[in-house]
Amino acid sequence: MHANPVADPAARFTGSNATGHSCAQSVPAADAAPALTLRDVTVAYHDRVVLRDVSLQLAVGRVTALLGPSGCGKSSLLQCCNRLSDLIDGCRVQGNIRVFGEDILAAACDLRRLRKRVGMIFQKANPFPLSIRRNIELPLIEHGVRDAQQRDHIMEKVLRDVGLWQEVRDRLQAPAQSLSGGQQQRLCIARALALAPDILLMDEPCSALDPIAGGRIEELIGELRGRYSIVLVTHNLFQARRVADDVALLWPMPDGSRLLEFAPRETIFSAPQHELTGLYLRGAMG
Amino acid sequence: MISSSPSTSSPWSIDLLLRCWQRLAAAVAGGVLLLLVAYLIAESLPALMRIGPLALLTDPSWHPLEGSFALLPMVMASVGIALLAMALALPLGLAIALFLTVYAGRRLRAIYVAMLELLAGIPSVILGFWGLVALVPVIARWQAPGTSLLAAALVLALMITPTIALLSHLVLRQAAQTHALTTAALALSHYAHIFRVVLPVAMPALASTALLALGRALGETMVVLMVAGNVVQFPASLTTPVRSLTANIALEMAYARQEHRSALFVSGLVLLLVAGGLYFLIARLQRGDKEQAPVESAA
Repeated sequence: MHANPVADPAARFTGSNATGHSCAQSVPAADAAPALTLRDVTVAYHDRVVLRDVSLQLAVGRVTALLGPSGCGKSSLLQCCNRLSDLIDGCRVQGNIRVFGEDILAAACDLRRLRKRVGMIFQKANPFPLSIRRNIELPLIEHGVRDAQQRDHIMEKVLRDVGLWQEVRDRLQAPAQSLSGGQQQRLCIARALALAPDILLMDEPCSALDPIAGGRIEELIGELRGRYSIVLVTHNLFQARRVADDVALLWPMPDGSRLLEFAPRETIFSAPQHELTGLYLRGAMG
Repeated sequence: MISSSPSTSSPWSIDLLLRCWQRLAAAVAGGVLLLLVAYLIAESLPALMRIGPLALLTDPSWHPLEGSFALLPMVMASVGIALLAMALALPLGLAIALFLTVYAGRRLRAIYVAMLELLAGIPSVILGFWGLVALVPVIARWQAPGTSLLAAALVLALMITPTIALLSHLVLRQAAQTHALTTAALALSHYAHIFRVVLPVAMPALASTALLALGRALGETMVVLMVAGNVVQFPASLTTPVRSLTANIALEMAYARQEHRSALFVSGLVLLLVAGGLYFLIARLQRGDKEQAPVESAA
């Protein structure tokens, strides 16, 4: 476990500008600008408000678990953070979201840069039905890594990072769909890492996997801690307890879910401020 | 879901009935196909035995009453018309499908799809009629008589373009939607989304769409009968009047006797073999498609 998150994102790849942008400003320090700041974020689909006035500050290099009952808007909150919400019909986001201080809801926000900086992992592993190599290569080409050798270098690096290199090094041309579910999910994580993001949004990345494959992903999240700021949506409280540094609990209210409690893991599990939090965490813990 | 209907009262007999009915339906459908093929083969046998399959290819001409049975010019005409129609319709249909998937807004797309469906629903005899009175005279001004391989291919292309466009649109749209969030999350450009993800992913399905259209073009009778000219000869140029296998059967079946009749059945058999081959190919492609994307079907 990396209890003390210190890592230099710029040193992630030899030549940190490989994929176009510099990460130098995001070197974490104890009291540096938070990775992600949400202030009074309200999300509505058409006229139905799903999230109301959510405010959060996520520190750099930490793993934050986003908990809450099904349908309380955890995924919606995640999708606001890389503006994937733009693609969803009738979705309106109000409030203020900042990624390393930069207002990402502003009209002038460069979506390409934002989404490169804020990677996303979906619940269902979604590699392109192309070759393993192509899955990593395609985003790299798109983001201007023209040198094939450099692409291969990054590919090996990220596949090693997710523990997939030994398993696939001899069959990079094989279709990504020939991998197992857990391997596919790790490939997707590698694909996101290839773009050298600062923040990773993970939407229940283990829930479609068997416990062993899921455990492997969980271990991986632990390994990525410190190097990336991670937001992890999960229903698995054990998982939150094992990997999260901070825990945020969203709770559905009649007029949209609100943030019930946000605290470091030890605090929220042992001494929750809110009665509901205690009930939820204990009740669901069995 | 647990049904609330009182099916538990007699589940056994209903299930049995359903099973019998389904088996009967399946047996009838399969049986008809087998009978059809058996009948075609049986009727073709006299020609194949007495004239011989080689003679069907090498005879100098098609004069069935004088015992000359050259099928090859008509095979060439059929294939030529179908391939030319495909060459015209495939790029057009794909371009329309791409436009509908990528660029058209919701309303424009709805209008377009409705129009294409209408076009696809026009009976071929009407298209043939239009070709005869509108298209053939135009070609005739260039190269008499106008009824020709080109005329048939053009009308056929018009006929299969909406089918290709509509089917490809469905395929492309599904692929585009499946990967929309992924490509957006990776900040891929619109161009990369369409041309580096959606098209490669949809390729097997697009190929089977194309084969389906080719099958339709090969089997089409009425249009070809009306505008191709029906002269049995090798298609020397685009404007040569030609006769397809299908038109040949339709034209001569009414008065054909003995070997002549049997020779027509041989041409039917040839068509069936070509169509069967195409469907076999489609099945192979679709199977390959599924093997490539098992997750899609499991989800």
